[in-house]
Amino acid sequence: MIAQLLANGVILGSTLALGAIGLTLTYNILNFANFAHGSLLSWGAYLAFTFALAFVGANSADFGPLSFGWPLLLALILGAALTGVLAIVVDLLVFRPLRRSNVQVALVIASFAVSLMLRNLIVVVWGPEPKYFTNNIQIQQQILPGVRATPDQIFVVVLALLLVVLLHLFLKHTRLGKEMRAIADNPVLAEVSGVNVRNVIYWTWVLGGSLAAAGGVFYGLTVQILPEMGFNLLLPLFAAAILGGIGSIYGAVLGGFVIGIASDLSVAVISPGYKPAVAFVIMILVLLVRPSGILGEKK
Amino acid sequence: MSGATLQVSRLVAGYTRGVPIVRGLSLSVAAGEIVTVLGPNGAGKSTLVKAIAGLVSVFEGSICLDGADLAGCKTHTLVRAGVGFVPQTANVFERMSVQENLEIGGYVHRSKLKERLRAIYDLFPDLERLRHHPAGKLSGGQRQMVAIGRALMIAPKLLILDEPSAGLSPKLVGMVFQRVRAVRDTGVTILMVEQNAKAALNISDRGYVLAEGQERISDAAGALLHNPEVGELYLGAKGGLA
Repeated sequence: MIAQLLANGVILGSTLALGAIGLTLTYNILNFANFAHGSLLSWGAYLAFTFALAFVGANSADFGPLSFGWPLLLALILGAALTGVLAIVVDLLVFRPLRRSNVQVALVIASFAVSLMLRNLIVVVWGPEPKYFTNNIQIQQQILPGVRATPDQIFVVVLALLLVVLLHLFLKHTRLGKEMRAIADNPVLAEVSGVNVRNVIYWTWVLGGSLAAAGGVFYGLTVQILPEMGFNLLLPLFAAAILGGIGSIYGAVLGGFVIGIASDLSVAVISPGYKPAVAFVIMILVLLVRPSGILGEKK
Repeated sequence: MSGATLQVSRLVAGYTRGVPIVRGLSLSVAAGEIVTVLGPNGAGKSTLVKAIAGLVSVFEGSICLDGADLAGCKTHTLVRAGVGFVPQTANVFERMSVQENLEIGGYVHRSKLKERLRAIYDLFPDLERLRHHPAGKLSGGQRQMVAIGRALMIAPKLLILDEPSAGLSPKLVGMVFQRVRAVRDTGVTILMVEQNAKAALNISDRGYVLAEGQERISDAAGALLHNPEVGELYLGAKGGLA
């Protein structure tokens, strides 16, 4: 029973980890809490859903035991790219003009407004009822003693971990990756070192937006696609980013898995109705005990 | 590397329009010179060098590097023009390794990155040994080497140092200034702001003393060391610093 809850937590954690990476990056580099970040997860899922529908005609076979084939994988890539573009458009239209005013509160409130608009735009375009990437019913199989999971769920966890490894290599070994870390560390020093800060910020939105989209698709694959899914995930995402330490990408990944696992494990002792409160409680405890987070630098 | 000539004319600069901190200051640094800017707290020394590095707004006047007016240019344009700046505080990327700190500066001249890295390690051998250490975990003196090394990676024609000896022990101050002179000997022009007037003037060619955003005294370094007025401004000491 505990092992099964743990496994469920890891699956939810995959979505949270990917979403929290973008949140922590933009929080740190642009210095504001972006409440619209959850909506990027929803948009990623809906965009990928639309592409997947369009590719259904391709009539390709599913991958082995998985409920989908090439169309969904392609839709995931296109949806992620387009979500990155959406993030840049929002930045250009809303956040960039407000950054010049230097009033942080204005940015946070504006991000609330953007979040509402993006969520309701989904309802306008796709309607309020839940969508599913597939109508196939997958049977959970025994993968470890006491742990059952569908092939799709295993795929989600493996791909999430793969993305985290790729992100690590990108940040550690490429020029753009190092420049992103430099700006996150010390924006003024990055500027006097010749880093084109504006360009790197655009790429940060692309990266954060596409990872959020992947997280949204993973949630859609393992749960369902709903207009308010991103909004509902926002609190756990913030909890994950704060738990890991704002600005720490590895912290965000760790925080995502910890929050996911803690939420699902809580079902063993409290009613599932209280599950959403678990992230909230963890966030408050972290802020009280170690505000800099697990991997964050003390300032 | 070859140094550039810096010519600042009637500069008015500050953080907010209408509240100038540097008020009509002119200053020049010849190619290959070390020039130190002195002055009491609030004299506008830091604002002056930040304006030259593009971090503070220039309201009036010109900042010419080898004859090209760069006043009001974006910081990364100035970096490409050859202006290297070492801030007084927060001057390393703390969560990045020593080598990554240097690389961030080196991307401006990507094709020469390896060559520049070699040159910096030759100048600061300690840094090569520490290249995989996070810069935030280094001692004060080592951090200052990383900070100067990072600025040198952009292959500057003019290197600006904002209080390089701040917070260092007297022994390290001597070491830092000795390295600053070694950097100049590679042909880089140096403009430096310092509180530690005596040590700074000892390696400088000339100096300026500012007060309230304007030039108070300008003279050869040796003459400033023996100038009783400078001594009074600084330590309340009578009869000069030397």
